[in-house]
Amino acid sequence: MSTVSIWLLFLAIGLGTFTLRFLFIYLFGKIEMPDWLRRALRFVPAAALAALVFPALTHPTGHLDLSLQNFRLLAGLGGAIVAWRTRNVLFTILFGMALLWILEAAFGI
Amino acid sequence: MRMNKDFVAGARGSLPILIGVIPFAMITGVAAVSVGLTFFETVGMSVLVFAGASQMVVFQLMTAGSPWIIMVLTAWVINVRFTMYSATLAPYLQKLSTWQKALLAYMLSDQAFGVSMSHFVTAKEEVNHRWYYFGSALVIWVAWQISAIIGALLGSLVPASWGFDFAFPLSFMALMFAALRDRPTVIAALTGGLTAVLAKGLPYNTGLVLATSLGIAAGYLAESLNPQQGAAQ
Repeated sequence: MSTVSIWLLFLAIGLGTFTLRFLFIYLFGKIEMPDWLRRALRFVPAAALAALVFPALTHPTGHLDLSLQNFRLLAGLGGAIVAWRTRNVLFTILFGMALLWILEAAFGI
Repeated sequence: MRMNKDFVAGARGSLPILIGVIPFAMITGVAAVSVGLTFFETVGMSVLVFAGASQMVVFQLMTAGSPWIIMVLTAWVINVRFTMYSATLAPYLQKLSTWQKALLAYMLSDQAFGVSMSHFVTAKEEVNHRWYYFGSALVIWVAWQISAIIGALLGSLVPASWGFDFAFPLSFMALMFAALRDRPTVIAALTGGLTAVLAKGLPYNTGLVLATSLGIAAGYLAESLNPQQGAAQ
């Protein structure tokens, strides 16, 4: 990626994100958020984050791999238990990364 | 000087939550450098975007070689949650100039929203909401930027052989579990996740947007079929 397109990327994401943050503070008293939209938006984090997580574990090299040789899937399932119990980003990363390194050291080629 | 007192109270209210903010910001800085961004680009992104989960998503898509427009759209989708915060906080952030509103909106974060709203709902004495929120959001913003800079400086010390890109899905996983509150949100996550696996072969990572849309639809439907559960939220 060229330097110019990197900065354009950040600018586009930044301006869009600012608009999302600002919109309803600015529109207060003029337009209320419709109820159906508020209800739908509640599901965005769960749906979007799951859509990122699942394929990263099942397709570590771009192809579907549900075997025991897929260490990222195994380490990810271990990390999921920590994520579920703690809901803490740091603990989940530390545990999942450690598990991946241990699996690769013990069973990797 | 009611306003200063509330500004300090807001700043103090955010201190405990920095335990989560600081490491996540540092990880974001490390991750930015690990995908090849320069120090200046890392800091620039941190200031322009200031939304960690979406930044991590962009890094993951960069390593996958996704097109520009998919990165932008996916980051926006991840940040759509801010409209909910914005709509909820709006009544507390009025009687301000447009520029002041814009500044407060720019600093909006998951944590500033959480700290401020829980204080507004539970406080027994009268609160100057604007100043409390400003104190809370500013502390988080400053801590985030400093930690991201430290992360960017440390990033060059992390070798690629560590497989640090695996930290992206792990961080999303923790954020995902935090978003699972009831049965409809679990259904939204399962639908989104499984669709993304099945749609992995679609070109340009378009499966992600499709999976998110279907996940939202499934959660919405589940809640509509069982409205009592949704009302408890």
